Amino acid sequence: MRPGWIERIDMRLRTAAGPALRSGAASALSRLGDAADALHEHLARARKRGLPLIVLLAWRNLFHDRVRLVTTVIGIVFSVILVTVQIGLYLGFERMVTTMIDHADADLWIVPKGTRNFEDPSLLDDRQRFRALSIAGVADVAPLVLGFAEWRRPDGGATPVFVVGSDPRGGGLGPWNVVEGRVDALATPFSVAVDRSYFGRLGVRGLGDAGELRDQKARIVAVTSGIRSFTTTPYVFAAYDRARAYMNTPADRATYFLVRLRPDADATAVRDRIQGNIADAEVLTRAEFRERSRSFWLFGTGAGAALFGGALLGIVVGTVIVAQTLYSSTKDHIAEFATLRAIGSSTRYIVEVILWQALLSAVVGFLLATAAGVVIVVLTADSALPVVMTPGLVLGLLVLTVVMCAVSAVAAIREVVRIDPATVLSR
Amino acid sequence: MTAATTPIVEAVDVEKTLGEGAGRVQALRGVSLALKGGELTLLMGPSGSGKTTLLSILGGMLTPTRGTVRLAGETTTGAGPETLARLRRTHVGFVFQSYHLFPTLTAIENVRLVLDVRGEHGEDAPERAAAALATVGLAHKHHAFPRELSGGEQQRVAIARAVVGRTAALFADEPTASLDGDNGRAIMTVLADIAKDPRRAVLVVTHDPRTLPFADRIVRIEDGRIVAEEAGAHAGPAPREPAPNESASPKSVSPKSVSPESVSPESVSPESASPESQGSPHAP
Ligand SMILES: Nc1ncnc2c1ncn2[C@@H]1O[C@H](COP(=O)(O)OP(=O)(O)OP(=O)(O)O)[C@@H](O)[C@H]1O
Ligand SMILES: [Mg+2]
Repeated sequence: MRPGWIERIDMRLRTAAGPALRSGAASALSRLGDAADALHEHLARARKRGLPLIVLLAWRNLFHDRVRLVTTVIGIVFSVILVTVQIGLYLGFERMVTTMIDHADADLWIVPKGTRNFEDPSLLDDRQRFRALSIAGVADVAPLVLGFAEWRRPDGGATPVFVVGSDPRGGGLGPWNVVEGRVDALATPFSVAVDRSYFGRLGVRGLGDAGELRDQKARIVAVTSGIRSFTTTPYVFAAYDRARAYMNTPADRATYFLVRLRPDADATAVRDRIQGNIADAEVLTRAEFRERSRSFWLFGTGAGAALFGGALLGIVVGTVIVAQTLYSSTKDHIAEFATLRAIGSSTRYIVEVILWQALLSAVVGFLLATAAGVVIVVLTADSALPVVMTPGLVLGLLVLTVVMCAVSAVAAIREVVRIDPATVLSR
Repeated sequence: MTAATTPIVEAVDVEKTLGEGAGRVQALRGVSLALKGGELTLLMGPSGSGKTTLLSILGGMLTPTRGTVRLAGETTTGAGPETLARLRRTHVGFVFQSYHLFPTLTAIENVRLVLDVRGEHGEDAPERAAAALATVGLAHKHHAFPRELSGGEQQRVAIARAVVGRTAALFADEPTASLDGDNGRAIMTVLADIAKDPRRAVLVVTHDPRTLPFADRIVRIEDGRIVAEEAGAHAGPAPREPAPNESASPKSVSPKSVSPESVSPESVSPESASPESQGSPHAP
């Protein structure tokens, strides 16, 4: 039973290709054909044999009571979605909280002492920069200036924004994911870049529109997509000097210094050397700064604990629902389990039936929940609270669902292993 | 092989008390019984006399309160539930008085389940299950669920399930109760054919006089005691003259299992043909 498409490709090759290619391709094709034959045969045999009987029995037990099956699946779906949303939000927040640090062109960060997160603006003295530049292994040190400012909208209203100023020629932290306009254009006077998701907040419609910061014009010359802040305050990117003017930052001050290392330099060694050379500032590797921001927002504020608490609640509720339905299903089928025991099945076989029931519910529930999760991810992608699903999260959820259902099976299993086969006699 | 001389199942001085407190019943009061290979034994007695209880004890479903039971050489006294389950699945086929089919499985799946429980999930399992259904005349009902089958058909599925494993001991509790004359005789023929194998013993609990012609031996029980044992109409090891194809075993062994249709007419006595002839257990 060679599929028709192989025959067709074969025919094409025979007529079109040169002789050498033809014979090589023909032999490859024949091997492919053999593999297809083998697969076909294997599938046919598997189809003939059908589902293993134990799986079939579990499946039929599940489907025997539709209402209960629906309850079970809703329980699993509810719980998996709750966990997905909570963990997905956590991942989304985590990504947001560190997105600036991740996109900065820096191996080391020189930050004011006691800085707890990226948006914690106090100022460093420019002298630190020159000290750092003198350290061996340092290739470049770029200043970054940040701070809150009030954006005056074209319609007259006002909204707070977070200004990020760095050298537009690179080596700092400029806008990325630019969908309209150009980053270079930030070098022109009174120009800024904003994310299109904040157009509404900023009262602008797109490229070329302008607002005001400290009575100075701020015209949009570049538009990004997906640069959102955890605090929901819009980011406004500007050239370093422009940003200082918008925030009235003194000339010899900056918020952070971004250190780039020479290719052969060791980050921690250079960090220690810079740290030994400057006071009133801390030197952090990129990973250290990420971790500091992350733990401030997600744990310092309790947001992470709330999310994990929600996830845990989801797991507990799901487990209870599934355990309850599995237990009552087992109770309903207890006569059959007794018969199974009477015809000599081992405890192991009976436990397997119940575990298969749990596993099948888990898989059905998981598939539905994942589908719902994808919808949630798509729907929240542009919102202030984007839910993020990574392959790791999906895999983790599958494992979690299966474990949850297996744990739920414990009560049912305890019930069923106690069965006395003699109960079939009195019925 | 000494299978024909050593009993496949043996009970010695078995007593069984069932229930608790006021509902306490001494169901068996000192029963000794051996089932030899190549023998079909009928167990008859009034309702409540302890037939099902005895069958369950012999089949390793219950353990005796006192006395010993040996099943295929292993004693069930003191055996744990797992050991008993292993003994049942390897040595015992059981037809329950009320069938106990799995409502969610089709006829053939019900039969296959016995093989599956024994770890026989090979490619031949469906064929073996189909063959067992064919011997009880249900070749056309493989995919029917129990609720789609008549009482008699369900009973026959239960019988197919009991025979498919080709166990050494086969216990059937009233296997013909829901069957008409023809089907009842066909089923008894299947059981009698199995009992032609010197390595297999069959015990049938019955009230049905139509089963009498198939018996090698008839055991009567009353109030938990065996009150009589007699040779059956079919064969008695001692008084019977040798069958045409007599072998070393005390009973004739046909080389092949016979299908219900191949029952020899003279093995069915005419007066047992009536479908409703569920008479007194002491009938003939
Ligand atoms: N679980 C039990 N608890 C208490 N008494 C029981 C129990 N099972 C059976 N008995 C009693 O034990 C006695 C024997 O019962 P058994 O079922 O063996 O009778 P039987 O000969 O099979 O009857 P029948 O022909 O009606 O099926 C009966 O008096 C019955 O009431
Ligand atoms: Mg009974």
